[in-house]
Amino acid sequence: MKPPAFAYHRPRSLADALDVLARLGAEAKVLAGGQSLVPLMSMRLAAPAALVDVNHVPGLDSVEVTADRVVVGALARHSRVEHDPEAYDAVPLLRRALLLVAHPTIRNRGTTVGSLVHGDPAAEMPAVLCLLDGFVTLRSASGSRDVPADAFFTGPMESDVRPGELAVSATFRRPPAGSRSSFLEVSRRHGDYAVCGVGAVVSDGTARVALIGVGAGPVLVPLDEPDDPDRVAAAVDAAIEPEDDIHATADYRRHLAQVLTRRALAEVS
Amino acid sequence: MTTVPVSFSVNGTPYDLHVEPRRLLSDALRHDLRLTGTHVGCEHGVCGACTVLVDGDPVRSCLLFAVTLDGAEITTVEGCCAPSGGMGPVQQAFHECHALQCGFCTPGFVTTVTAYLCDHRDPTRAEAREAVSGNLCRCTGYVNIVSAVQRAAELTAGLTAEDRS
Ligand SMILES: Cc1cc2nc3c(=O)[nH]c(=O)nc-3n(C[C@H](O)[C@H](O)[C@H](O)COP(=O)(O)OP(=O)(O)OC[C@H]3O[C@@H](n4cnc5c(N)ncnc54)[C@H](O)[C@@H]3O)c2cc1C
Ligand code: FES
Ligand code: FES
Repeated sequence: MKPPAFAYHRPRSLADALDVLARLGAEAKVLAGGQSLVPLMSMRLAAPAALVDVNHVPGLDSVEVTADRVVVGALARHSRVEHDPEAYDAVPLLRRALLLVAHPTIRNRGTTVGSLVHGDPAAEMPAVLCLLDGFVTLRSASGSRDVPADAFFTGPMESDVRPGELAVSATFRRPPAGSRSSFLEVSRRHGDYAVCGVGAVVSDGTARVALIGVGAGPVLVPLDEPDDPDRVAAAVDAAIEPEDDIHATADYRRHLAQVLTRRALAEVS
Repeated sequence: MTTVPVSFSVNGTPYDLHVEPRRLLSDALRHDLRLTGTHVGCEHGVCGACTVLVDGDPVRSCLLFAVTLDGAEITTVEGCCAPSGGMGPVQQAFHECHALQCGFCTPGFVTTVTAYLCDHRDPTRAEAREAVSGNLCRCTGYVNIVSAVQRAAELTAGLTAEDRS
């Protein structure tokens, strides 16, 4: 259970970080909180030749709240976002979902942006980014681009980050005044990844849910008629593609998706 | 083998080390610094036995590379003692409440609870249970650990009152 050897880089500025990432290309991985990368390396499921440690790059740990959005910097730990009172006022769903991400001890180190890049199909924050029409901002030595949530999650444990790029922030749009949200999940033990989870946002009579643990990434389902239980059930059932694994069968996940969607919608209506 | 310099303090003592980048903080503490109070159970972030404080916050030392902690202030269970060198309030409470059996998990509980009590003065049983929910214990069944969290809060409040008088 020891990680394989790698070359270590500790840039002290954003420019240096982008330089070294450009130079190393596909050889390098970014080290943020390490809460997903270190266990993967210890289990020898990942063996990057080089790590670029961004923990000493100043200016990346901010959480900025404006009239219409919350912008979370690459080094903002989950716990920092969770405890930010302005972010909670603007987008209560952020804290609701973060409380379901692992344990407080993991949240003290793991970053919200890192969890988006990591793209675990059972992770909560990718679903939140989809529900709030968010995007991820990527920087490289040669420029910058914004990738919207619906294009960012490209497969299980895959996201649209190219070699040489650093995800510098994630932007969550503030839903209209009077919106309501909830996030519910079932996991084997408190703090574990969800077997299945459902986030819901209702605003101005429109509703959408995003499901986790039942597809290659977060599954966003817009609901035209959230008050018609049969239509909701059919829309969810058609959108998800759960699989069997050691934690649960595909059938059980399908069942949970229905039950949790009903409960999440009941909470917000 | 290439090593990288890293400087951090552990329990108030500064250290300048040269370690391999892949050296986990848990191994740097145990093998390089011989601070064997930090225990390693699962080595993938699940059990909590290896929990230490980095700049006051509990983190898993098995999920950190030592090299990333340049400039950090680390506290291990060895640093959770009283200024006199005797047992600190959390250790005393675990002793009084019989909150350990084999003791393997205890260092992770002591560090986690020490940090928790800094901003939670008077936890209910439910809150105490939530506070230790990221730490696994195979022996005690948790009942006495929850009692110890509450007892540690009482002892800490007593110490703070003494400080003030
Ligand atoms: C016991 C345990 C339980 C957990 N439970 C949950 C859970 O229930 N839900 C959940 O969502 N997560 C869970 N996690 C994972 C946790 O949320 C991680 O912190 C998160 O997934 C990754 O964030 P990180 O900052 O630690 O990233 P790292 O581990 O440092 O990196 C993860 C990946 O993303 C890349 N990366 C990270 N940041 C950037 C960046 N800025 N730019 C480009 N690439 C980047 C890395 O190269 C790596 O490939 C759990 C972890 C543990 C150990
Ligand atoms: S040894 Fe680190 S969490 Fe189990
Ligand atoms: S006392 Fe034995 S594992 Fe907790």
